[in-house]
Amino acid sequence: MKISVQEQDFDLSSETRALSKDKAVGAIASFVGVVREVPMTLEHYPGMTENSLKKIVEEASERWKVADCTVIHRYGALQPGDQIVLVAVASAHRGDAFDACEFIMDYLKTRAPFWKKEHRAEGAQWVEARAGDDKAAERWQK
Amino acid sequence: MKVKVLFFASLREQLGTPGEEIELPGGVTTVAALRSHLRGRGGAYERALAEKVLVRAAVNQDMVQPSTKLKAGDEVAFFPPVTGG
Repeated sequence: MKISVQEQDFDLSSETRALSKDKAVGAIASFVGVVREVPMTLEHYPGMTENSLKKIVEEASERWKVADCTVIHRYGALQPGDQIVLVAVASAHRGDAFDACEFIMDYLKTRAPFWKKEHRAEGAQWVEARAGDDKAAERWQK
Repeated sequence: MKVKVLFFASLREQLGTPGEEIELPGGVTTVAALRSHLRGRGGAYERALAEKVLVRAAVNQDMVQPSTKLKAGDEVAFFPPVTGG
């Protein structure tokens, strides 16, 4: 398991290649979040951020057959088009990889302590949490 | 007892501080009581921690409910709902 909260960018292909070394891995599902339209600054809670991501990945590993997993989340100043987050899950088969990847993203959105501040022409503004994100996380509790 | 209080994102900006160590008066034994104790300072604290404002809390870096009990030396963080990803 690799969890990294970092300022610098990441490379999807080298991260997924690192997950396919285990011969039992037959599927890698990945998600990359990208900054849309507006420059932003991402703040986080050092320590708690890493702990919460670790717990989310552990929970996913209890629910699905996860061979390995990488979560990278950036913080600091980001421009439109920049990558923000990577979740990549390796498993024997695609079903587990897809589900665990989506679960980790949904939980990350509502539980990992990150906050976005958008820098618009009319001024800087903290992004408000979306009710849809809570709903997305809740559906895994059924 | 003494606890370390931290504020993040819009809360940190509204209050003008990333946090502080505070000595809690007797009777302030839960996260909710601490929030209301801070609100009692008035001004920016009263506005930023008003009951109608959605504020999340973590104790020792774990997300908690308002009823969570506090003990000496705890790190208590208050912040708005998270918006990462």
